[in-house]
Amino acid sequence: MAHELPYIAAIEEAIREEMERDPSVLYFGQNIATHENDPFLQAFGPDRVRVTPISETAEIGMAVGAAFAGYRPVVELYMAEFMLVAMDQVVNEAPRFHYMSAGQVKVPIVLKAGYGFTAGWAGQHTGSIYGMFMGVPGLKVAVPATAADAKGLMTAAIRDDNPVVFFHHYLLTLEHGDVPDGEYVLPLGQANVVREGSDVTVVAIGFMLGKALAAAEQLAGQGIACEVIDPRTLAPLDTATIIRSVEKTGRLVIVDQSTRHGSAAAVIAAEVASDGFAALKAPVKLVTALDATIPYSQPMEEYLLPDEAKIVAAVHEVAAAVPA
Amino acid sequence: MWRIRAFEERVGELTRADEVHGLVHLSVGQEGVAAGVCGSLRDDDAVYSNHRAHGHAIAKGAPLDGLMAELMGRDGGVCRGLGGSMHLVDAAHGFLGATGVVGGNVPLALGSALAARLAGSDAVAVVFFGDGAVQSGIFVESVNLAALWGLPLVLVCENNGFAEFTPRSAHTNVERVSDVVAPYGLARETVDGNDVLAVRDAFAPFLAAARSGEGPFLLECLTHRLRGHYEGDPAHYREALAAEEWQRLDPILRLQRTLGVDGVDEETAARADVEAAVAAARESPFPDTRLTRSLVYA
Repeated sequence: MAHELPYIAAIEEAIREEMERDPSVLYFGQNIATHENDPFLQAFGPDRVRVTPISETAEIGMAVGAAFAGYRPVVELYMAEFMLVAMDQVVNEAPRFHYMSAGQVKVPIVLKAGYGFTAGWAGQHTGSIYGMFMGVPGLKVAVPATAADAKGLMTAAIRDDNPVVFFHHYLLTLEHGDVPDGEYVLPLGQANVVREGSDVTVVAIGFMLGKALAAAEQLAGQGIACEVIDPRTLAPLDTATIIRSVEKTGRLVIVDQSTRHGSAAAVIAAEVASDGFAALKAPVKLVTALDATIPYSQPMEEYLLPDEAKIVAAVHEVAAAVPA
Repeated sequence: MWRIRAFEERVGELTRADEVHGLVHLSVGQEGVAAGVCGSLRDDDAVYSNHRAHGHAIAKGAPLDGLMAELMGRDGGVCRGLGGSMHLVDAAHGFLGATGVVGGNVPLALGSALAARLAGSDAVAVVFFGDGAVQSGIFVESVNLAALWGLPLVLVCENNGFAEFTPRSAHTNVERVSDVVAPYGLARETVDGNDVLAVRDAFAPFLAAARSGEGPFLLECLTHRLRGHYEGDPAHYREALAAEEWQRLDPILRLQRTLGVDGVDEETAARADVEAAVAAARESPFPDTRLTRSLVYA
C-alpha cells in the first residue's frame, strides 16, 4: 500500500525508478557519484551517472542538447541560487527551443534544486526564488511539500517532455511521509486540497504547508474552518482549484516563504482578484517573507519569515466578519 | 557558397524594405567557413550556430524556401515563423539551432556530442561561434568540460576580428582564439577562413577523429565580416574595406580563381533559387495565432 520514507529519499527513489524504467534518463551534476559505491553509479554506470565540474551553465546547456537528441537528463543543482549562474540556459534556451522551433525539438530535462534553507545558511543559500521561474513560458515548476508528492512530482517531471524545475525544500529533507507503493505519478498542474473547510481558503507553498496546517488546527479550535490548499506546482498553476475554494469561502490567505514581490503569492492573488473577485468578501492577504535578503543571525532570520502566528493573524484579519 | 551569398544579399534588400522584419545579422564574407565545414557533414551530425546563422543553416542543407519564409515570419518557414533569423532550426538536416545570446549555443553542442557518445554513434557535433564568444565564461566552461570528457565535438570559431562593434584588441590580450584553449590540451588549428578548400582540408582530420570518438577540437577560421554587425549598422567603428582588398579576400572569388572558373552559372542558379524562395515565401500565410498557445509546452 505505502512505505514510509524521508522526503529526500522519496525523490531519489523516483529518479532511480525512472532510470530503471527508461534507459534514456541520465543523472548528472556536481558531487554526484563521488565514490565508486554510490548507489546510482553502481546501478546505472558511469555513462548515465556523471559528476560535473562547477559549471552550471555548461551542465544545463549540455542537458538541453542531450534532450534534443532524445535523452532525459536530470541535472542536480543543489541550490536554487546556483541556477541563477545559468539563467541564459534556464530562461533563454531550455524553455524556448520547442516553441521557437515550432515543435521540431523537445527539452525533457529536470533541474533539481534545493531551496529555502532558512537555518542559518544566510543570504545566498536560503532563497525561495521560484517566483523568478514560474513566469517563464515553457518552464514547469514543481514545489512538493510532502514525501509522497516529492515522489509523484519527480516521476511526472522526468516523464514530462518539457523542462521542469523541481524545487525541493531543504527544511523538508528529513520529513517522513507515506509514499504509495509501486509506480506513482502526480500530474503536474494539479493542486491538492489538503484540508477541507468553509470559512477561509489558505494556500500554502512548500514548507509553509506544515505551518498552515498547524495554524488551521489552532483556528479550528477558535471556530474558524480553514480550507488548506497546496498548489504542488507553480507552473502550470491550478488557479481553478483555488478559485473554486474561494467561491466557497470568500476569503483568501496565501502563505509563501518568498519575498513579497518575488512571490508566487502575488501571482495567485492577482489571478484570484482578476477571475474570482465576485466571490471575495475580504481583500486577499499575503503572508510572505519581508522584502529583504535572509539574514544570517537566527532571531533576525525568524523575524523575517512567515510563521504559524502570522498565518493565524492573517486569517483573523480576513475572517473578521465570521462569528466566533 | 553562391547560395549563401545570394541569399544574404537578397535578405539585406528585403530587410531595408521591411519585408524581412526585425533584427538580422548577415554573414556575407564568411561563406567559406560555413561551406568548408558543413559540406563534409551528414544530416545526423548536429550543428549549432549563433545569431549570424543563415549561412550555416544553408550549408547544412536547410531549404532556401523554408529559410526565406521563416525570415518573413510565415507559416511555411522552417519554424513556422516562431523563431526567425536568430532561432532557425531544421532538425531534419541536423541544424539544431541558431541562438541569439552569445555563447548560449556552445553547451548545447556538448549535449549533442554526449548523446552521440552514449548512443555509440559516429555522429559528431559542430558549433559555430565568433571570436567575441570566446571571452564569455560559458565558452571556456564548455571547452573544459568537453576536454575533460573527451567529447566528439568540433568548435569552429569564425574569427572576423570584431565582436559586435569593437575589435578583438578591445576584448582580450590573447590575439588567437586557438591560444585561448591551449591549456585544455585539445587539438586545434588556425586556418584562412576565406579559403574554403583550406577550411575543408583543416576540418577533415578533426571530423575523422571525432567520428572515431575522439575530441574535442578547435578550428579557428580567420575571416572577414563584410557587412555591419546587424543589418542597419552604419559601422562607423571600422574602415570600409577597399574594393580591391575585398576582391582579394572574397572566398567565392578566391575559389573561382583557384579552380579557374568564372562562377557565372553557379551565381545565376543561386540567385534564381533565392528568387523562387522569395516568391514562395510571399505566398505563404502568416501562422495561426493559436500556435502561440499550443507550442508553449510539448
